Amino acid sequence: MIRLEKRPTPSRFWMAATPLLAVALTMIAGGLLFAALGKDPFEAIRTIFWDPLFNEQFASYSRPQLLVKAGPLILIAIGLSLGFRAGIWNIGAEGQYIIGALCGAGVGLAFYPAEAWYIFPLMVIAGALGGWAWAMIPALLKTHFRTNEILVSLLLVYVAEQLLASMALGAMRNPEGGGFPGSRNLQQYPAASNPELIAGTGMHWGVVAAFIAVIFAYILLNRHMLGFQIRLTGESPRAARFAGVNPTALTLFCMGTSGALAGLAGLFEVSGPAGQISIDFNQNYGFTAIIVAFLGRLHPIGILLAGLLMALTYIGGELAQFMLGLPAAAIQAFQGMLLFFLLGVDVLTNFRIRFGRSEVA
Amino acid sequence: MTELLTIDGLTKAYPGVVANDDVSFAIGEGEIHALLGENGAGKSTLVKMIYGLVKPDSGHMTLRGAPFEPAEPRAARAAGVAMVFQHFSLFDALNVAENIALGMENPPAQRQLAARIRDVSENYGLPLDPDRTVGDLSAGERQRVEIIRCLLQDPKLLIMDEPTSVLTPQEVEILFTTLRKLSAEGTAILYISHKLEEIRSLCDTATVLRLGKVVDSCNPREKSAAELAEMMVGTKLHVPNRERTEPGDVLLQVTALSLKSANPFGTTLKDISFTVRAGEILGIGGVAGNGQDELLAALSGEAPTPTGCVKLNGDGVGHLGPNPRRKIAILAAPEERLGHAAAPDMSLTENALLTAAIREGLVNRGFLKWPAARGFAERIIQAFDVRTPGPANAARSLSGGNLQKFVIGREVLQRPDVLVVNQPTWGVDASAAAAIRQALLDLAGNGTAVIVISQDLDELLEVSDNFAALNEGRLSTPRPARGLTMEEIGLMMGGAHDLEVAE
Repeated sequence: MIRLEKRPTPSRFWMAATPLLAVALTMIAGGLLFAALGKDPFEAIRTIFWDPLFNEQFASYSRPQLLVKAGPLILIAIGLSLGFRAGIWNIGAEGQYIIGALCGAGVGLAFYPAEAWYIFPLMVIAGALGGWAWAMIPALLKTHFRTNEILVSLLLVYVAEQLLASMALGAMRNPEGGGFPGSRNLQQYPAASNPELIAGTGMHWGVVAAFIAVIFAYILLNRHMLGFQIRLTGESPRAARFAGVNPTALTLFCMGTSGALAGLAGLFEVSGPAGQISIDFNQNYGFTAIIVAFLGRLHPIGILLAGLLMALTYIGGELAQFMLGLPAAAIQAFQGMLLFFLLGVDVLTNFRIRFGRSEVA
Repeated sequence: MTELLTIDGLTKAYPGVVANDDVSFAIGEGEIHALLGENGAGKSTLVKMIYGLVKPDSGHMTLRGAPFEPAEPRAARAAGVAMVFQHFSLFDALNVAENIALGMENPPAQRQLAARIRDVSENYGLPLDPDRTVGDLSAGERQRVEIIRCLLQDPKLLIMDEPTSVLTPQEVEILFTTLRKLSAEGTAILYISHKLEEIRSLCDTATVLRLGKVVDSCNPREKSAAELAEMMVGTKLHVPNRERTEPGDVLLQVTALSLKSANPFGTTLKDISFTVRAGEILGIGGVAGNGQDELLAALSGEAPTPTGCVKLNGDGVGHLGPNPRRKIAILAAPEERLGHAAAPDMSLTENALLTAAIREGLVNRGFLKWPAARGFAERIIQAFDVRTPGPANAARSLSGGNLQKFVIGREVLQRPDVLVVNQPTWGVDASAAAAIRQALLDLAGNGTAVIVISQDLDELLEVSDNFAALNEGRLSTPRPARGLTMEEIGLMMGGAHDLEVAE
């Protein structure tokens, strides 16, 4: 019989080792999946994990994409992780991302075609406020009417998507766009654009913001009373109240911060890599960031690494699709395996496996 | 006396601990046999083996000469062994007869069962109406349901695990009368307790367990309580002492405090008033669930009250939350160690920070001073002899007694003016309990007003200057603890809750 036995203290070794083990198990199971589809598993794994960074033919295009894709994932996941640490579940970052982009782009477009240094900073502020305000809806409903923030924040994603479509077709449509849906391209409007800062790296202001968020989150969680209160609330809500934590204020802070960061991510995306508001502007960054947050064990440095890894599987997955003809669904299954194995092996942190006779009662 | 149950060399090991090591003793027919030992001595594991809940690693038992190896509680019950657990397993929404029928293999029709329940309850002086809903019963009455459920099986051996912890002294007397009657009729009783006076008055034989081994057996009537305690603990017990000082000015004043519980199953506090002076220890007794948690929450600030209900030095502080109260030196230690007083998965350093951030200056403009927090945790560990490898260990890795010493020490070392503790020695071994009581006495000796909420009446009489009892959310008028008889205390706790011995 195999039994699980609770460890007296969580294992520090396994806390660090489970993500690596999960990646290894994903490679094995994913390899079997690719083999079953009739592809060479080693080539498929290499195409996903190695070629985007080191293949001479593709790396020049795909290497900058790594930061472009990882930036919003990390920025959103950092915000979400604060709430998740405290047991506050903002699932609607996708919606906050859209609203942030709409607000930011709206400010930029309102100034068109004026050229002034303050336009882009104003857009940044508007993006953060937009995401914050969208997150405040589930937050206030939770604190005042005890609604479930998971449900409300999730459903608001679909409201935001409708709003996005309406804006792309109506108020924000490019008047010079020949009737096609979509706004003006902000990349062609220097005062409102978020350009690549260092050529060939993919680095833009959103990536810079993501790195700053990692550093701030690290300091907050490890050195600041507020971070301690967040962790304490997640560990033990009753002890947190005994320690004087105000649950309402904490909920508003965590939801607001994650919303603002998601809104920022949306603004940097619409003014940078995406360039314009379009019907299909959102690319599930808000949902993928949930995976990134857990893959990084809700730890800022872990999220940084997990965001890069996740971006790699996206880029590598696309590469595998057109190089090897792997179906998109197989790539999604592969990414799903990663989360599955991560949560599965997580049990080793708090339990050890024993082989032996089982107990009665 | 012929032997009913013999236990021979029972051993049961769990990872990291031998719960029972070669335990042997015998229980005679009709004997009231005490199983005496501290928390963690192995009493529970032993009775679980007798009742078929746990399988021994080695050793064997015989019941009336036949080998006895119950694979499950049903087999034990069929052989004539019944058990009353410390925690009841009753459905609040069902009535007494329905609850009893649920536990039977082949329940008779409700009407017949109700008649049998009446019979048995009258026979043994345990009045109980089979048609009453269990949710309306007091703890003492619920215990009767469990006992009658056992008696209906006509057991040869009745096991009782800490039965008196939920009873008032009057209810204890009624229970003992019943148990003596059962014993006289030939039913053996295995009585588990760490309350020495009860064992001395009730039991014929006592087997003492320490760290999983039988260390002694004796006739408890021939021993003093102190001698029994020494057998149980293995060393001479430190008896807390204090110099009685004249109490000072009134520090804490609670006036007409009424508070609805935040918990839907909690107890509403009703019109509670008392004062505590500097250097005074007020003991608050009462059966669990009569408003203890709610009273602590009102005093710690977790449940805010109208400003004037709680006054410190004459200033209303009832509206303040936990941290503002800490600032003015009102500290508290709740009952539940894991999850309320301490966060189980956090380190001792982090748990030190949990309540001491303000008074010990562990925060600078919101930033945590980890070295200072670690230093404070180390001071607690040192001053209160907390057994742990170091402050980096998680709270849940500590034994109950050690964690309780840490929790109490954390508050005591912050030099409170008012300290409120709830069940300070619950589930704590005797030597740790003595250390905690001594710390509370020393604190009062230095002029702190201390409120001790506890179910352990012996403890309260040992440390308190004044005594009051909580009963259904009301507090009796505090009276000087010295000279109070058990009878008087029992009446303050609500007497026998309208239950009298049926004649």
